Amino acid sequence: MAVCPECEAEIELKEAIKGEIVQCPDCGVELEVVSVNPVELAPAPEEEEDWGE
Amino acid sequence: MKVSIVGGSGYAGGESLRLLLGHPKVTLGQVTSESNAGKYVHSVHPNLRKRTDLKFVSALDLEPCEVLFVALPHGSSMKRMPEFLSVAERVIDLGADFRLRDPADYPKWYGAPHARPDLLGQAVYGIPELHREAIKSARIITGAGCNATTTILGLLPLFKHGLADPSRVVVEVKVGSSEAGAKASDSSHHPERSHAVRSFQPTMHRHTAEVMQELTFGGQTPKVYFSATAVELVRGILATCHVFLKDNLAEKDIWRVYRQEYGQEPFLRIVKDRTGIYRYPEPKILAGSNFCDVGFERDEGSDRLVVMAALDNLMKGAAGNGVQAMNVACGFEETLGLEFLGLHPI
Repeated sequence: MAVCPECEAEIELKEAIKGEIVQCPDCGVELEVVSVNPVELAPAPEEEEDWGE
Repeated sequence: MKVSIVGGSGYAGGESLRLLLGHPKVTLGQVTSESNAGKYVHSVHPNLRKRTDLKFVSALDLEPCEVLFVALPHGSSMKRMPEFLSVAERVIDLGADFRLRDPADYPKWYGAPHARPDLLGQAVYGIPELHREAIKSARIITGAGCNATTTILGLLPLFKHGLADPSRVVVEVKVGSSEAGAKASDSSHHPERSHAVRSFQPTMHRHTAEVMQELTFGGQTPKVYFSATAVELVRGILATCHVFLKDNLAEKDIWRVYRQEYGQEPFLRIVKDRTGIYRYPEPKILAGSNFCDVGFERDEGSDRLVVMAALDNLMKGAAGNGVQAMNVACGFEETLGLEFLGLHPI
């Protein structure tokens, strides 16, 4: 079980692989597996959306 | 279980009818309407054609039932509540007549004193997420104002946990046309209403009183500055609430309290996504469902927190919430008859 660093949701990862990108089911942020033992997640680099505002 | 409806020709009554017809534990008894007595209910609610051959009856012919839904205009049920209680074990009143606990609030917000203040103590404000235990033993369960429900459910975790400054709460609701009821008026005439973005109640909206009542914790009543705007929707409400945090909380702290309060609630969803189109609550995809979606965003440059909440005013804002309360009161699974997930796209 890993914890989302953005919203603290508990994220179940069966077989985490370092460098893998996963998505938080609660806040939707994309996270990178930066460590596997224990599993640690960090926000993955993201492209900003342009809403034309 | 036999359930009847008084005032079944309006939108809230019709939506109650639709839900109760699909409820596995309910046998629909009577549906009253004085102006439509003798007509098939599908002549007023065309979506129910071939689903029921019930006809409207006069309330004078009301027979005993276990649960009575009341969907009458404000001011009607307060006088008739003893009559309703004499035929039904429980009354679920979707109108406004028993929502406020303090009799002094009725002249201020509804322009006239309450006709039966002696009955107010028997009524429970019927949002299960707030008063689940009290609903189980109540004989009078009130509906809640649709705008009030949206606002209260949006802000409840913050005030329950004492996180927001109670001296300044600013709420703007954007609402659909069905909120104004089934009766036509000059302002609902299609050329006037269509495509409107109309401030119809910038101050003194009646639902403000419910919001303040239900967000009172520890004897502290928040000061709520509430405005309402009609927009191009038939169903739906979006409340945008501006509160000011007492402490310098991070978004993950806010997540924690909302998850604590709503994580186990079947109809409350925290919608706060980093990407995509539906990043925050939006009433468009909630039509026909009993969900209330809640989201928030911390203003990095100040102590402001913006909370967004959305629901279908006829569902979680009226009939759906009433059926949910009935399920709680009668010991049924809380989601029974309310499983519809909404449509996408719509």
